[in-house]
Amino acid sequence: MALTNEQIERYSRHIILKEVGAKGQKKLLNAKVLIIGAGGLGAPAALYLAAAGVGTIGIADADEVDLSNLQRQVIHSTADIGKPKVQSAKESMEAINPDVKVITYHKFLTSDNILDIIKDYDFILDGTDNFPAKFLINDACVMAKKPFSHAGIIRFKGQLMTYVPGEGPCYRCVFRDPPPKDAVPTCKQAGVIGAMGGVIGSLQAMEAVKYIIGQGKLLTGSLLTYDALSMTFHKIQLPRDTSTCPVCGTHPTITKLIDYEQTVCEGVGL
Amino acid sequence: MAEIQIADTVDITDVVCPVTFVKAKVALEELEIGEVLAVRMNDGEPVQNVPRSMKEEGHKVLRLDANEDGTYTLLVQKNEE
Repeated sequence: MALTNEQIERYSRHIILKEVGAKGQKKLLNAKVLIIGAGGLGAPAALYLAAAGVGTIGIADADEVDLSNLQRQVIHSTADIGKPKVQSAKESMEAINPDVKVITYHKFLTSDNILDIIKDYDFILDGTDNFPAKFLINDACVMAKKPFSHAGIIRFKGQLMTYVPGEGPCYRCVFRDPPPKDAVPTCKQAGVIGAMGGVIGSLQAMEAVKYIIGQGKLLTGSLLTYDALSMTFHKIQLPRDTSTCPVCGTHPTITKLIDYEQTVCEGVGL
Repeated sequence: MAEIQIADTVDITDVVCPVTFVKAKVALEELEIGEVLAVRMNDGEPVQNVPRSMKEEGHKVLRLDANEDGTYTLLVQKNEE
């Protein structure tokens, strides 16, 4: 597949990079990325991945656009209120770049459907806002041997890590079980600064792009945290031994997906 | 001197910086290592920048010749992927 003149111009700032070139751009155009949650994290990630020319982008979210989303979920507009978030996100992505094919999943991901959905994708972005979804995505990606980017944001803080099968710890290696009910406030109760989704969601998009073009070092084996008020990033090295992990270890005890009880915010998509 | 075998030719007189270099780079990526690309370009910015950018990417600039119509032709040999 040769790049068209229009594509050469559209992606010129990519192609000019030694690490990307036409070869890397073609990898992006052939790549399939699934974004789970079209909210604070998923919105900027989806915009950057669409602009970058990721050829197939799946987007999953059961919610509709709400007025209170618009302070941070930059893929949606005021006129989109009431529309399914996946539809609004699809329209924004296609408006940016007609090269991109967007597949929407207007539903919650559960133990019943997640494996069937992720199987078609090269890389998955967790942009959810609740622990049941985060553990479900982790376990499903470990079982299906899919690389994914975990992220979470709250108030003025954010964190992310990248899982690549066989190349370091998974989310459950680090956070063994969901916290007790109400131990951690949700974004709805606690609030979140709008640009936090932009910072962390963009970093997730960056990890996806690096994975696809096969350049640089990913956040495997480490957790990056960001505190906006103190303006500090910390890269925390995670334990290298993953053998005792209940899902990705040598003798896994979790062999079936678990739907933890959803007691927090009304759905995915912070 | 042995004649240089040209594997492909690309015309970048219809585009401006930075697409000039990008278009030449895309054409060069299609070639095998050791093959030579001829790049027809305008005087001025392309002549100043495209050969230099090719060298920075590790390729070998063989020659740059003025054409009768005021354009230039750069011969560049692909040195690495």
